[in-house]
Amino acid sequence: MPRKYTLLINGQSFSVDVEPDEKLLSVLRDELDLTGTKYGCGEGQCGACTVLIDGRAQRSCITPISAASGKSITTVEGLAKEDRLHPVQQAFLDEEAMQCAYCTSGMIMSAVSLLNQKQDPSNAEILQFMQGNICRCGTYPRIVAAIRRASGAMKESRP
Amino acid sequence: MSPDRQSTTAVEPERYELRSPSYVRFESNRRGFLKFLGSGVVVVCAAPRTAGSQESGRSRRDSEDDLPRELDAWLHIDPSGGITAFTGKVEVGQNIRTSLSQAISEELHVPPASIQLVMGDTRLVPFDMGTFGSRTTPTMNLQLRRVSAAARDALIAIAAKKWNVDPASLTAENGRIVDTSSTRSATYSELVKGQQITELLPSEDPLIPATQWKIAGRTLPKVDGRDFVTGKHRYPSDYKLPGMLFGKIVRPKSFNATLISADIREAESLPGVTVVRDGNFLGVAAETSVLAARAAASVRAEWKSDPQPSNGELFDYLKKNRVPKDRDDGSVHEIGNVKEAFSSTEHRLNSTYQIQYIAHAPLEPRAAVAQWDEDHLTVWTGTQRPFGVRSELATAFHLPEEKIRVQMPDMGSGYGGKHTGDAALEAARLARAAKRPVKVVWTREEEFTWAYFRPAGVIEVSCAANGDGKITAWEFRNYNSGTAGIRTYYDIPNQRIEFVPVDSPLRQGSYRGLAATANHFAREVQMDEMAAFLKMDPLEFRLKNLKDDRLRAVFQEGAKKFGWEKKKPSNGVGFGMGGGYEKLGYVATFAEVFVDSGTGTVTVQRIVTAFECGAIVNPDGLRSQVEGANIMGIGGALFEAIQFQDGRILNPHFAQYRVPRFKDVPKIETVLLDRKDLPSVGAGEAPIVGIAPAIGNAIFQATGQRLRSLPLAPDGLKATVKS
Ligand code: FES
Ligand code: FES
Repeated sequence: MPRKYTLLINGQSFSVDVEPDEKLLSVLRDELDLTGTKYGCGEGQCGACTVLIDGRAQRSCITPISAASGKSITTVEGLAKEDRLHPVQQAFLDEEAMQCAYCTSGMIMSAVSLLNQKQDPSNAEILQFMQGNICRCGTYPRIVAAIRRASGAMKESRP
Repeated sequence: MSPDRQSTTAVEPERYELRSPSYVRFESNRRGFLKFLGSGVVVVCAAPRTAGSQESGRSRRDSEDDLPRELDAWLHIDPSGGITAFTGKVEVGQNIRTSLSQAISEELHVPPASIQLVMGDTRLVPFDMGTFGSRTTPTMNLQLRRVSAAARDALIAIAAKKWNVDPASLTAENGRIVDTSSTRSATYSELVKGQQITELLPSEDPLIPATQWKIAGRTLPKVDGRDFVTGKHRYPSDYKLPGMLFGKIVRPKSFNATLISADIREAESLPGVTVVRDGNFLGVAAETSVLAARAAASVRAEWKSDPQPSNGELFDYLKKNRVPKDRDDGSVHEIGNVKEAFSSTEHRLNSTYQIQYIAHAPLEPRAAVAQWDEDHLTVWTGTQRPFGVRSELATAFHLPEEKIRVQMPDMGSGYGGKHTGDAALEAARLARAAKRPVKVVWTREEEFTWAYFRPAGVIEVSCAANGDGKITAWEFRNYNSGTAGIRTYYDIPNQRIEFVPVDSPLRQGSYRGLAATANHFAREVQMDEMAAFLKMDPLEFRLKNLKDDRLRAVFQEGAKKFGWEKKKPSNGVGFGMGGGYEKLGYVATFAEVFVDSGTGTVTVQRIVTAFECGAIVNPDGLRSQVEGANIMGIGGALFEAIQFQDGRILNPHFAQYRVPRFKDVPKIETVLLDRKDLPSVGAGEAPIVGIAPAIGNAIFQATGQRLRSLPLAPDGLKATVKS
């Protein structure tokens, strides 16, 4: 039976009426029309659906709505502050780290999570953390460069 | 390379691409067209004649008022100064929205981001066969440039008349026409207001040397990049319409199955669920995707199918199942006397190469939203062939094509895998029954199963060479893979090259580079085998048999960058090369591979690619395409393979079908050769052909194991050697 859930997404509160086992991904995309978060596999294997839950990267396609409710959720739509892009978004643009860009929002969310946990990750740490995100267009080297660049930019902007 | 060979290559028909019999058409007459565009300046450009359009290529006009039917592009400057260009090409990640905008912006002197580029909307854009075959850069870039230049000249003419001055004294700058002899200037908007000017450019061979047209030659960031990093861009799978339902298809358990019976009672009892059974088609539509999935799962369907081949017998099967005569499009190319040359030459080699089916697995699966308005159908879908999908829909629903509009939002790529309109057909069928718009998005499992695959193949190669390293005879027989890149570019006096079409056990179709990946793999590994046999350096051996200057140049430049001469294999490390050309892009790839003797793990450590595709339009975009092709190619080279049994796919998930990930990526260096004197061609495909043979040859150097089957080492080297 559908139930009412309250979701805190990008600082805004939403209430939805869905089944408890419905996944966060389809709620975001179908119910709330937040389509920046993508479907790539629905099985936790590709990272296209990555969002932040309490600041950490999670695969929204395997996160039941009941597990997301009440927590702070950030999607790619919520990263930029007003007109100012998040440093990771800016770095993806600067490094041209995309072709079809379908993987991009998941990549950005994973990268933000990584940099939240570790300000200055080594290359090996970047690869390890990002290994679950697939880019079929093969823009991996540029994504790594973008994460490096963002890490530098975030360091500079810290007092 | 002689010019006539060049043009043969450019239009070489490829059986997996040329499905669409029609070429170009234009439906509305001039009046209707102008009414649609409103007033302002319109420039249209006739399509060039090609082999496929000889007949209709003559400017055929139904009446004085009609535009010719074959148009390539058009551009409109509206009274507010807005610039809109229309092309049938689509953006699938190859960044043509940016490179085409760049071409327009340079001619019209406006910022690229201010141009609206309408792509792949069958109602608004000129007919286009599809975005594949690396044809966008050589043709569309130039056409839009011509159209834009003509629009600029039209604006200059208006201004010249208005100010009563010589047009030669006027130039375009920053969206204005400026009178250089005074300080007078006018915006485009001021100039086009109240005007109604239509200009038709005659067709022109687009393959003119780059020196005759202005090459951008610099890097421009993705025009709408911001929409992608903020999640604002809507891909086909993101489309949503008011009142839209979600569709789900009930799939058979195996391929080629017939629906015997279906119990749909439970599905129909669910609230708001529509169930459609039409021949072998069985699907549902519901208010939410969760409900649609539940309804589909509740259907009890019985299917019948005959036994079908499996991986284990694949290569045997391919050799024994030539298509029946009436569909046989096999070919034989023969020069010299192969038989005699083989018997009179000292050294001979015979090898058989095998290629498994692989999947495109675009990260965005097939998706479509369909909407009916009476008997008019509109579909938003991800495809490389919007007009092809339109005719599929027209056939399926017995509708004239004018009643169907296919729109193609920039999509999550295709790599040759989205030429068909499967999801569009499904969504349209469900929408017609439900009388509401319906969206169908394939699951990853459906994408891995019900899309089509890169053809599997068997390639038999025989080669004969003298002790001094000169090849005298070459025999090459390709079962099923296809003809792209099948001819050898080595200079061999006696050749026999054959393509044998086969009734493929799996649905197969286009793939980035088409059969060129398979054919280059077989050819370039054979070259390596012969070099080893003759104890010659593989580079020296190739150059000794190669006259084509462009190909020699990429091999030599690549070798220099790689440090080929200085490299000596050691401790499980080996070096290899592979190269060739496809779609007039020349590539040589060099790989450094490490094989762990304990675990058998194969690691590609470094790749150097030398690439030349004529004049460079957007160097950074080109680098990105070359890198991407290499990375994608690593998957097909080392581990990607579709496993199937009796009509079922056994590994339809990313957990089972391994694709390249972050840790698989080697150090990649790209050397771009800029040939300003040559026409610019596309780069989405050619760079993928050298990687598999380069890796295979490097593994041989590292270990002495000669691998002749793609993928080379799906479970590391030991497992491969054992089986
Ligand atoms: S869609 Fe969630 S991991 Fe692929
Ligand atoms: S850019 Fe296409 S999947 Fe990553």
